[in-house]
Amino acid sequence: MNAEGVDQKRRRVLVTATSAVGAVGVGFIAVPFISSMNPSAKARAAGAPVQADVSKLEPGALLRVKYRGQPIWVVRRTDKMLEALPTLEPKLVDPDSEVESQQPPYCANPTRSIKPEYFVAIGICTHLGCSPTYRPEFGADDLGANWKGGWFCPCHGSKFDLAGRVYKGVPAPTNLVIPKHKYVNENTILVGEDEGAA
Amino acid sequence: MSSDTTATAADQAPGGFLGWLDKRFPVMAVWNDHLAQYYAPKNMGFWSFFGSLALVVLVLQIVTGLWLAMSYKPSAEEAFASVEYIMRDVNWGWLIRYMHSTGASFFFILVYLHMFRGLMWGSYQKPRELLWIIGVVIYLAMMATAFFGYLLPWGQMSYWGAQVIVNLFAAVPGVGEELSTWVRGDYVISDTTLNRFFAFHFVIPFVLAALVFLHIVALHTVGSTNPDGVEIKKGPKGNKWSDSAPSDGIPFHPYYTVKDIVGLTVFAAIFSLVVFYAPELGGLFLEAPNFQPADPLKTPEHIAPVWYFTPYYAMLRAVPPIGGSQFPGVVVMFGAILILFLMPWLDRSPVRSIRYKGMLSKIFLGAFAVSFVVLAYLGLQPATELYTLMSQIFTVVYFAFFLLMPIYTKLEKTKPVPERVTT
Repeated sequence: MNAEGVDQKRRRVLVTATSAVGAVGVGFIAVPFISSMNPSAKARAAGAPVQADVSKLEPGALLRVKYRGQPIWVVRRTDKMLEALPTLEPKLVDPDSEVESQQPPYCANPTRSIKPEYFVAIGICTHLGCSPTYRPEFGADDLGANWKGGWFCPCHGSKFDLAGRVYKGVPAPTNLVIPKHKYVNENTILVGEDEGAA
Repeated sequence: MSSDTTATAADQAPGGFLGWLDKRFPVMAVWNDHLAQYYAPKNMGFWSFFGSLALVVLVLQIVTGLWLAMSYKPSAEEAFASVEYIMRDVNWGWLIRYMHSTGASFFFILVYLHMFRGLMWGSYQKPRELLWIIGVVIYLAMMATAFFGYLLPWGQMSYWGAQVIVNLFAAVPGVGEELSTWVRGDYVISDTTLNRFFAFHFVIPFVLAALVFLHIVALHTVGSTNPDGVEIKKGPKGNKWSDSAPSDGIPFHPYYTVKDIVGLTVFAAIFSLVVFYAPELGGLFLEAPNFQPADPLKTPEHIAPVWYFTPYYAMLRAVPPIGGSQFPGVVVMFGAILILFLMPWLDRSPVRSIRYKGMLSKIFLGAFAVSFVVLAYLGLQPATELYTLMSQIFTVVYFAFFLLMPIYTKLEKTKPVPERVTT
């Protein structure tokens, strides 16, 4: 091809315009491909609330239920456990539950629960998503004489107290998340729904 | 084959079927450019084994992987059982699976040695910057493939390993949660996640193969380097095969193909010992918790990634959260890998090979190698205070090798580089 008599300016405009239109087209066709990787309608619908029956839960015991594929813990705390909570405050990152995303407003209290006796939380470490191990025993050998019960994350060593509050100096940045929940009756907790507009 | 080679060397078109083929596809040109008349330095030695061995293992992984895919079922309900079915009921299934799982670990061993050779020989320096960069992209593709593949057996370690790694994306400020949900295709690691990871695990190796092709084309454009770092193309011309070829070069085929076959034989012997006698290699190649089916409600007591990821994992754990965010740790972890891209510009040394660099370069390279191995070990261990402190120290050593390189390669006194390659 001979460049003689070619209007270079016109050619540049055409090349630019064609490329721009092509790029927009690529952008449009990328949308369905990217979007199709997001949760499907079926996955989105699978988040139905679940019930936990706590009538047979022994004091100090932990019950696991599955909600949205995640472990939900229900712990029936003993008086000894509850009394230990305020004493831990200097060691905690957020003892007063000031980070709003980590619990519904009705659990932003010293025990982080609706009823002090029953603690409900999503059993997923706020660090990288492992499920911490329940370590209710006081003064456990491997966790030190000052350990007053809580959770220890085996993956990266994060520690939480029995209100799911994170200790200082561990990898997890925030307290464990408390899911929306409410009491259907004395002994039944409904996880995933609360008194407010659902 | 040798008579054809000689014929072409004499610039005579081959006859027969090969001649017919050559008129329609440049068979002889490709053969000559990349093998029979590709002149590699005559002094490449021991460290040049690993690139070609890695290529062999890539082929092995693709072939065994295809056969595994014939019996594997990528669904949360069936995956774990289908792997056991392969192990127990499929004819030779145990062998094919162990070759695949052992092959994955050996692929990383070979590539780590290959990369270390690159660091020693200064293989990233001008004019090999792009060759090195393609190599780092290959390494990233390998890691992606390995990560996707590790979920497939749907054991406890598969599940919780994927959970931790996918949650790394959630640490990105702002869009993190949406990003990790998008990667999973669900709010938790689920059947959807497994299915798509299988798709990616199947397809990325072919991208990897294409990248290896680019890597070799780039290598054969700039030429192989050697332990002396002497450019044979700049040296005198003429050897017993050609008047225009570098005097210090020998044809890749048959000289290096034969040498690499010797390496392959030794490698195959070691590989077979692991496949037949220790496929789990004490929990390093196949981790114990992965013999239990995935349980989304319970994390195993101690989880660690497979050994080839543990140096980065140790770095991730070494960085404490800053401002209530895990993001800095994630940045350090990915930074440790991505910093490799900058190697061609971090090294300001006038010489290429570690042989002729000064003491500082040798100390830093040694410290870097030690820190990589120590971090790999620490990443396998539970997080204790001492180990976290050690991880922090060795993370600093790891980065010091790169970040201080522009300084120490400039400061130090280098040794004179010989005119020609030494033997």
